Amino acid sequence: MFRVFQAEWRKLRRPVLVLGSLASSLFFTVLVTVFMFKNIDNPQGNADRGATIGRPILESASGSITAVSQVGLFLGITALCIFAAQSAQEYTYGTLRNLLVRQPARLKLLAGKFAAMKSFALLIAVVNISVSIAIAFVLSDGAKVSTAMWFTNEGLAAIGRSSLNIFISIVYFGVLGITLGLIFRSPISSISIGVIWSLILEGLLFFVNENIPKWTPVSQFNTIAAGGSADISYTHALSLGTSYVFLGVIVSAILFAKRDVAN
Amino acid sequence: MSTNVTTRSNAIEVHGLTKRYKNLAALSEATFSVPTGTICGFVGPNGAGKTTTIRMLLGLITPTEGSAEVLGFAVSEPEKYLSRVGAMIEGPAFYPALTGIENLRVLATMGNIDQERVEELIELVGLQGRGGDKYKTYSLGMKQRLGIAAALLPNPQLLILDEPTNGLDPEGIQEVRDLIKKLAGEGKTIFVSSHLLSELEIISEYIVMLRKGEVVFSGPIEELLFAQKPTIIVKTEIISDLEKVVAIAHAAGHPAVIRHGEAHIEGPHEWAATLNRSAFEAGIVLSQLNPTMPNLEETFFEMTGAR
Repeated sequence: MFRVFQAEWRKLRRPVLVLGSLASSLFFTVLVTVFMFKNIDNPQGNADRGATIGRPILESASGSITAVSQVGLFLGITALCIFAAQSAQEYTYGTLRNLLVRQPARLKLLAGKFAAMKSFALLIAVVNISVSIAIAFVLSDGAKVSTAMWFTNEGLAAIGRSSLNIFISIVYFGVLGITLGLIFRSPISSISIGVIWSLILEGLLFFVNENIPKWTPVSQFNTIAAGGSADISYTHALSLGTSYVFLGVIVSAILFAKRDVAN
Repeated sequence: MSTNVTTRSNAIEVHGLTKRYKNLAALSEATFSVPTGTICGFVGPNGAGKTTTIRMLLGLITPTEGSAEVLGFAVSEPEKYLSRVGAMIEGPAFYPALTGIENLRVLATMGNIDQERVEELIELVGLQGRGGDKYKTYSLGMKQRLGIAAALLPNPQLLILDEPTNGLDPEGIQEVRDLIKKLAGEGKTIFVSSHLLSELEIISEYIVMLRKGEVVFSGPIEELLFAQKPTIIVKTEIISDLEKVVAIAHAAGHPAVIRHGEAHIEGPHEWAATLNRSAFEAGIVLSQLNPTMPNLEETFFEMTGAR
């Protein structure tokens, strides 16, 4: 499996892919972090849907990582797109047949690819978290936000906990991407369906019945990144999200192991 | 175990292999074998089931019925033999954004193959100087060469090539032909499908021929060609005399047809002298009298009805 991991990284480490993925994810991270600190006194709010995240929260031990926790959806969608493209393109390019001739143990191949993509997601998470904390620290003075608690033991623990949640969320989005990629075997179809579902359909379902997002996958993944929300508890999001991911892994494994490779 | 495998008499053995997609039989009860150390041509019209067969041999698709063994192992256990098999299936397929060398390195890493082999193969297939360019910038011929290099990565005992000369210029075709002969000379078994039947006739010792999913012949190429009826090809000075020549042949009990300004007469080569004499007596001047054996292409058309 380690050989598959190494081989997959030969593809993932392309500068265009690495820099493109980082640029697209950092765009949202930087935007949300700057917006949160620059608009801290704005009566129209400084967070999602007009919400206000005030000084008491930003000055708490987890204040340094509050901003990046809010962009879980965008980081997740970036991962979804990368994972979906990397898995589906093997079918569209016809390269899966080459890979399977050199590594016929299909589940090992899938596990190695998944491990490589997970490490790629970890890279995205680490860079985004670091950049967000750095920007928050730089802007804290101007926003009159005290950073005294940020780097205490409690603060560092909060950074570790939130980073883990963001990483779990990104990986869960990635599993959704892989599953869609293997089902549709086309990067365009799998990415469009994943993005439309995440950004539009789940939002529309909220207007049909506001309880529905408590049970939909993307809401759970997003809530995990934020460490819980007013509507969905962290424990609920983690257990239901993990169930969705478990289902996705089973579907992916069956499709990948059993389906004929005829293209 | 490897000694046992390398001395096996057949590199590929297929028994009643069948692949059905709903009601369509892509391959139907195919039975053939490919002796170790030979070059075996795999021919058939488009849609005859060649690629389906190759995919089953490589464990990419599951047979509906029947069985097959490659290097002594069942196709249901591809991990036991694929490390000694190289394959190019249905044309080359690589990542467009990676260079030729990087594409080979991905496969070499995956197959635990020495990375130095990548450079060797780039040179062997004539891609030196272009290996560092992105695959998407390659011509069809260069892509084909990279596909052959990928197939050769594991220094395989069995090489399966599906249309390896597609897109190559005449020089490239000759290079591939020479390479295949060289590899066979090293004791490797080569199973090669191609539409260039004249090329296959030159290099192949064995032939497996498919038609509509069924094996219509498998065995030594000489056996196939010698089983065909010899033909005498005749041209006359005056073209209208061809019909008289056909009449002489019919009268002697030899089937004959006029094709492309020539009379094609089925008959033993010794009968050519008799025909010449009869034509002379009938006042016909023959400008060409050519006893021939059918070549692979003619045999292919006759056996597969592909013309």
